[in-house]
Amino acid sequence: MISREDVANLAKLARIDMSDDELDHLASELSVILDAVARVQEVANSDVPPTSHPIPMTNVFRIDENRPSLSPEDALSGAPASEGQRFKVPQILGEE
Amino acid sequence: MGLTYETLLTKYEPVLGLEVHVELGTKSKMFCGCSTVFGAEPNTQTCPVCLGLPGSLPVVNEKAIEYTIAIGLALNCTIAPYSRFARKNYFYPDMPKNFQTSQYDEPICSNGFLDISIETDAGVKDFRIEIERVHMEEDTGKSLHMGGATGRIHGADYSLLDYNRAGIPLVEIVTKPIVGTGKYAPEVARAYVAELRDILRALGVSDVKMEQGSLRCDANVSLRPIGESKFGTRSETKNVNSLRSVERAVRSEMLRHGSLLDEGKRVIQETRHFHENTGETTAGRSKEQAEDYRYFPEPDLAPVTPSKDFIEKIRSSLPEKPSTRRKRLQENWQVPDKEMAAMINADVLDLVAATVELGADPTRARGWWLGEIARLANEREVSAGELPITPKDVSEIVMLIDSGELTDKLARQVVEGVINGEGRPKEIIANRGIKVVSDDSALLSAIEKAISAQPDIAEKVRGGHIPAAGALIGAVMKETKGQADAAKVRELLLRHLGQS
Amino acid sequence: MIVNKSAIEMSQLLKDGEISSVDLTKAHLERIDEVDGQVKAFLHVDREGALAQAQLVDTKRKSGEKLSPLAGVPLALKDVMTQRGIPTTCGSKMLEGWRPPYDSTVVTRLRSSDVVILGKTNCDEFAMGSSTENSAYFPTRNPWDLNRIPGGSGGGSSASLAAYEAPLAIGTDTGGSIRQPAAVTGTVGVKPTYGGVSRYGLVAFSSSLDQAGPCARTVLDAAYLHEAIAGYDPLDSTSINAPVPPIVAAAKDGNVKGMKIGVIKELQGDGYQPGVLKLFNQSLEELANLGAEIVEVSCKYFDYALAAYYLIAPSECSSNLARFDAMRYGLRIGEGSAESVMNSTRAAGFGKEVKRRIILGTYALSSGYYDAYYGSAQKVRTLISQDFKAAFEKADVLVSPTAPTTAFKIGEKSNDPIAMYLNDIATIPTNLAGVCGMSLPSGLAEEDGLPAGFQIMAGAMKDDRLYKVGAALENALVNKWGGGILEQAPRLGAK
Repeated sequence: MISREDVANLAKLARIDMSDDELDHLASELSVILDAVARVQEVANSDVPPTSHPIPMTNVFRIDENRPSLSPEDALSGAPASEGQRFKVPQILGEE
Repeated sequence: MGLTYETLLTKYEPVLGLEVHVELGTKSKMFCGCSTVFGAEPNTQTCPVCLGLPGSLPVVNEKAIEYTIAIGLALNCTIAPYSRFARKNYFYPDMPKNFQTSQYDEPICSNGFLDISIETDAGVKDFRIEIERVHMEEDTGKSLHMGGATGRIHGADYSLLDYNRAGIPLVEIVTKPIVGTGKYAPEVARAYVAELRDILRALGVSDVKMEQGSLRCDANVSLRPIGESKFGTRSETKNVNSLRSVERAVRSEMLRHGSLLDEGKRVIQETRHFHENTGETTAGRSKEQAEDYRYFPEPDLAPVTPSKDFIEKIRSSLPEKPSTRRKRLQENWQVPDKEMAAMINADVLDLVAATVELGADPTRARGWWLGEIARLANEREVSAGELPITPKDVSEIVMLIDSGELTDKLARQVVEGVINGEGRPKEIIANRGIKVVSDDSALLSAIEKAISAQPDIAEKVRGGHIPAAGALIGAVMKETKGQADAAKVRELLLRHLGQS
Repeated sequence: MIVNKSAIEMSQLLKDGEISSVDLTKAHLERIDEVDGQVKAFLHVDREGALAQAQLVDTKRKSGEKLSPLAGVPLALKDVMTQRGIPTTCGSKMLEGWRPPYDSTVVTRLRSSDVVILGKTNCDEFAMGSSTENSAYFPTRNPWDLNRIPGGSGGGSSASLAAYEAPLAIGTDTGGSIRQPAAVTGTVGVKPTYGGVSRYGLVAFSSSLDQAGPCARTVLDAAYLHEAIAGYDPLDSTSINAPVPPIVAAAKDGNVKGMKIGVIKELQGDGYQPGVLKLFNQSLEELANLGAEIVEVSCKYFDYALAAYYLIAPSECSSNLARFDAMRYGLRIGEGSAESVMNSTRAAGFGKEVKRRIILGTYALSSGYYDAYYGSAQKVRTLISQDFKAAFEKADVLVSPTAPTTAFKIGEKSNDPIAMYLNDIATIPTNLAGVCGMSLPSGLAEEDGLPAGFQIMAGAMKDDRLYKVGAALENALVNKWGGGILEQAPRLGAK
């Protein structure tokens, strides 16, 4: 069971505004989905190692050398706003 | 704030945690081939990968792995046979992907230590700082906060983002809680960062310039009542941009925590910002609710499994440890511990060594760097290394003294000139017309002049009262505008008065 | 009509000088004009670019330059692959109008092969869905019945093939998004071994599951396309550094005598449309007649595959889609602080399904829930890989129906997420284990006369086996039907 408050917290973590209606709908939908997917716990014993990479590979590296960068025009080509060759973003409230 | 440092220490003991971030001096970024050269025009060193454009993928820089392992080995860490990258998920405009590719529960190096020494009232004391982990991550872009009064984030109207530094390889070195430092916590913190810096410099993995941000220190401080085993609430202080700031920040936080605890108040777990000008910290983001970073293994990167051979190859190519080097220098120069500590504290050891390497006598080299030059550095509130005078200059000056072209006194004028930016020693000597008067006949005429001016003193010297010669020597020095070699003057004077 | 031919037939005509690439491209552009108003497979048609590329190929050919087998043949590209300067929307409002400043490796390789890219095809938003109804723009329609879905997420690519708007297409497959659309449109689609085709420039949905792959009307066409795009890419750390398996040769060989074909017990029965199962069994008979040995295998953990997938994919996507924050590219909506603009943009720019998966994924990764959800799902993944490994010791390839049903009506399942997710029940295990899979037409289901697909799966880097078996079956069925299955589709357009 996932409550509406849980969903509201998750929406905050995921940076998505949601209306009360949306929160309610999602809470009920996700409760159903979570019930269904929770069955993974039935077989996930401690002696089974998790897989994060389907095809095992290790030590994939590149040589420390320079490759051409994008031109600043290309880099900024999608920018909703820019100033002085920098991306312009609204006032940041959080601390760095 | 009535609590003094001394009083604080009768009640509480500090626990420190130091997190140091190092920018690696690789040619290319952590996950892409963009240049890492500092100071380029904004957004000229970016690509789909470090901009986090949709569809882009990271590829690990091999040199960054080598450097990180070298750092781990130099810090006596265990190098993990299997380690992985992980995503640290949070939103911030300077992070193009809104997650940082870092390491979580499988860091590449762990469980090491670093031995440091500090000067205490009871002599030199050694501390072993335990290292929890050394791991790799990527740096963020840089923001300019516009429209506000201070250029800081508070009160800014908007921000401008440059992603040139996004993706620069970073190594994070985290200590285990440092206990048992007592009143020397600030010094220990400083000494740790200084030693770490020297090691990193010796390894050649970074240019470790704190002022430029290639070496950053976050200081975690907490207090607990003496005898208590539980740790107190800690605060994390950022923006600590020099060795001196490390020391001051730790001390300031100790006092702040102490005052709060004494007043029965609670220390808030938060991030604080250190201010160079006041030497104190102000509150930043509250960390009461630890951010949920939802770490999970980075699916776009393969695990790193360095072979024993690979690690041994790096180990065998490690340069001499700074501590080993220092021991070697101390033995070669036959210098007592206290003087070694003084050189390290004044941050002139490398400068002295470089000067000796250029041919100067160790004692003389030390004398200059620890003496006159350190004094002038203090006057200007900078470190000796930041002054325009170089080991080459000092070695030249020592040689000129040896060849008789300069006296100690005149040399001081030359040193002052170099530090004032007037040029190199030879230029200053020429421009200022500095010249030793060593011509015997010139000196003799000045000596005779002095004797005839103070006959009764001359008589005393003839009578065997040698100390009285001082007044006559002084007169000669004055007559020669300080350009005579005082020792030579004394020799000639005494001979002239029949006393040698 | 020229547009009805296979890619290889078109290639031969080009080589023989019977038609120029420019004329071939024009014919396809005309076809698009004729039918796409109804099918709505394309989000963007790059007329200029396609004709310019075609012209270039014609010039090269005239000068006697040796060209690749697919040179001058047109292709449709799923809109999650970046193409420099061409709108790449991923079926989302978030990227409306975004023109990437770089090409995906797949596009780079298509260019080196002188393939002519006609345009970008519609898909479920950020590749999340099984019907293309989640596209923020419009649903694509199944050329077999314009009131039905073409499958998803890559419905646009498969529909464009079935409507003869292109002879080749590129799709991407995370849980079945190439194979399931192929099944419901009567076309061929392949998910290569994970790491077989570069993901550089493939806008990530679920990083450990995504793969780009070839779509076509015939197995041989898909084989040529597969070889053109596959192979190691140093820009993709998950790319396999090994030679591409001999795919075209296998497609031409098509000899299944002595091969063991493993039928997966768990991927049939309840939930599968009877007509679909009947076609599946008939296809098995054909293969048996050709000398293959049919064996039954059991992969008991496959019952948990759907659950594991719907934890892993949303988790990875919640992280992959975090970059869409209105700061550097894409939509920007709202006033106030950066945080506020991020929140309002993501609310406006993402559709319902995407939001649902982001929230689900955020939950599955969050502190306190990681072990129970994401962590457990990753363990199920191991069990499924072990199931495959054991099964591949008993058989050379494994088979099942591609999807449990034929194409459903538009709107029929869009309010029931779980019902929608069940479309992927047979395709998902392949992605979880990273092995390869193909869907090719098995026939028309007797209930509704709509196409169903036969799925073949093979072990990692054994993609050639898919083509060997696929070619054999295709050949047998085409002989049985007296022509390709698409010849039985309703006629679209004026002609």
